[in-house]
Amino acid sequence: MIRAHVMVSGDPLSLTRGAEAIKLALEAELAFHGLEEEVHVSYIGQTGRRDVLPFVIIYPEGTLYGPLRVEDVPFLVEEHLYKGRVAETLLAPPDVLSGVIARLPRREGILYGQQRVVLRRAGIIDPKSIEDYIAYDGYFGLAKALTEMTPAQVLQTVRDSGLQGRGGAGFPTGMKWQFVANQAADTRYIVCNADESEPGTFKDRLILEGDPHAVLEGMALAGYAVGAHEGWIYIRGEYTLAKERLECAIEQAQALGMLGDNIMESGHSFHIHVHAGAGAYVCGEETALLESLEGKRGIPRIRPPYPTVSGYHGMPTVVNNVETLANVPAIIREGVAWYRAMGTEKSPGTKVYTMLGDVNITGLIEVPMGITLREVIEIYGGGMKDGKAFKCAQTGGAAGSIIAPVLLDTPMDYATMHQNGAALGSGALLVCAADKCVVDLAYVLMRFFVTESCGKCVPCRLGTLRMMECLERLRQGRALPGDLEDLERMAHQVIQTSFCGLGQGAPVSILTALRHFREEFEAHAAGTCPTGVCPMTGPVKTIAAQHDYISFMR
Amino acid sequence: MEEHMNLLTTVLERYGGDPEALVEILRDLSQENGYVSQDLLVAVADRLRLPRSHVHSVASFYSMISVEPRGRHTVQMCQDAPCHVAGGREVWQALEEALGIHFGETTPDGEWTLQITSCLGLCSVGPVITIDGEVYGNMTPTKVQELLGHYRGGCCGGNQGGAA
Repeated sequence: MIRAHVMVSGDPLSLTRGAEAIKLALEAELAFHGLEEEVHVSYIGQTGRRDVLPFVIIYPEGTLYGPLRVEDVPFLVEEHLYKGRVAETLLAPPDVLSGVIARLPRREGILYGQQRVVLRRAGIIDPKSIEDYIAYDGYFGLAKALTEMTPAQVLQTVRDSGLQGRGGAGFPTGMKWQFVANQAADTRYIVCNADESEPGTFKDRLILEGDPHAVLEGMALAGYAVGAHEGWIYIRGEYTLAKERLECAIEQAQALGMLGDNIMESGHSFHIHVHAGAGAYVCGEETALLESLEGKRGIPRIRPPYPTVSGYHGMPTVVNNVETLANVPAIIREGVAWYRAMGTEKSPGTKVYTMLGDVNITGLIEVPMGITLREVIEIYGGGMKDGKAFKCAQTGGAAGSIIAPVLLDTPMDYATMHQNGAALGSGALLVCAADKCVVDLAYVLMRFFVTESCGKCVPCRLGTLRMMECLERLRQGRALPGDLEDLERMAHQVIQTSFCGLGQGAPVSILTALRHFREEFEAHAAGTCPTGVCPMTGPVKTIAAQHDYISFMR
Repeated sequence: MEEHMNLLTTVLERYGGDPEALVEILRDLSQENGYVSQDLLVAVADRLRLPRSHVHSVASFYSMISVEPRGRHTVQMCQDAPCHVAGGREVWQALEEALGIHFGETTPDGEWTLQITSCLGLCSVGPVITIDGEVYGNMTPTKVQELLGHYRGGCCGGNQGGAA
């Protein structure tokens, strides 16, 4: 009889900080007290509590201890699990609890709750246990679909739910599935895009590490809906732990008949393979991802035809983001009305954000679509760090933009942000205080795209480089006459003429920054950085030197 | 050389000799051998019956596949916006100064390679660096000195010698 569950933080950072030794020590100590039959020890994925790693959560009380050292383990086991008292001295400080731990029973009331759909189980179940997943309604949606619904009904449910792609673009998921289902083809594929590489975004990793079965179930449902029998998960090469957990989950699901041939005796078959990338941001673009999946350079294909018509091996293919797929089981299980009750009319459901930068609490939150940036900062971020003034937020990645103070109270969903010339992107919220320089930020963002441009098309390959050079001159106080206008012109050209989403998205941050912080760019052009962040090595004095500089830059 | 070919056989078997697994095969070779040598590239092409140009184009495209020898220790640093605004620039400069090389280079003694990595998704503890795959967060210029000293002391270096 198990009376307590001890969860050890098992994310990569905790593991490097000795979480494994703590787990071993816990097991040894439990054996010493003869408690091994009553207390179960396991790893859990990321919970967002990064300040107290490695930590231990003990259920059913939900008491959080951390950061722990191996030496603390005997005392912890003796006090909490043997004598049944809270080991006060080892408790994690409650005042810096991030919202993610809000679900812990003992902590309720202290923190603001979140609405969790895709992260509902992360941090609560053992990601290496399919039994844990099933105990928390896992594979219920798949069972319901296979026994009570036709593929068309599953597809219609997803369409009616209004679920939009969570990778950044916000394309209606149901519509994408419909395109694939409509194609006359013998073979169709489901591809899960887990090549999460937008700077500042790690939501997909958390989902994969904390609740891998949810993604598998979502893929199996997608397969049933569109008539696909095979699926691939393209995961970032760097995400080794997430890959391990996925492989373990696939094995377990196959063993229990939740994946593979004749799932739950329904006659439907679905197989999932994991393919790890090798480090290329552009592979997050769906056609580049497919190229890479076929063992080639990850350069994008011309569209149309879209992957829904001609994808993996030329067959109709659904390519969905991890977060999108993780939403699907809950939608099938709980129904459209339940899902649409969250979020906004045009963007129902929840969104996972990574909160970073100048806020008091950084980490991961899942909140309804349509929440404002001010709410995110004040409620979940615990306000601005050191009480500094808010300057802007960067929403992460090629599909993202810079959100200026005028948009602080604008509901964040795909449609509303788009109307306001901004974009949600992948869900990273890099909050910058007044002491951060927008030009410096724009430069760093552009440097990223210069590095990651695949080189296939000229506007992106050279345009990003020329824009970075412009920004470099601005932040060095060496701006040439007309640099600002050039920057703006190039930004528009690159957006209009680039081959794929990477190039089309790269200048968006610059344009949004220019729109809201033009005077700051102008100050740089005149030779001063108002925040004092930029190196400003000074203008080049002589005309000859300027010519040298120009020819060097070319 | 023979050692290399044994490794190649092992890796190819791992993926069932599937030419479509080329990216994964090359990545594993790079990780397990330190880099993919010219000989290995040719051997991969021959064994998978793929054009050499194709194998080389794939190998040179992905950042996790190295076609050049790397130092005994590889230091990687994230340069993206979240780490940058958290003080990444100073850490970056400290790394370059401490090792006497720029990013993308290897020290002449073959001890250190300094690389840029894309976002590691550990942004809430930025700036982040990795040394031989070990992650270190909340870096400062002072911590860089301490950490490098630690590795130079040899107490936590990876496998000494061996693969070459």
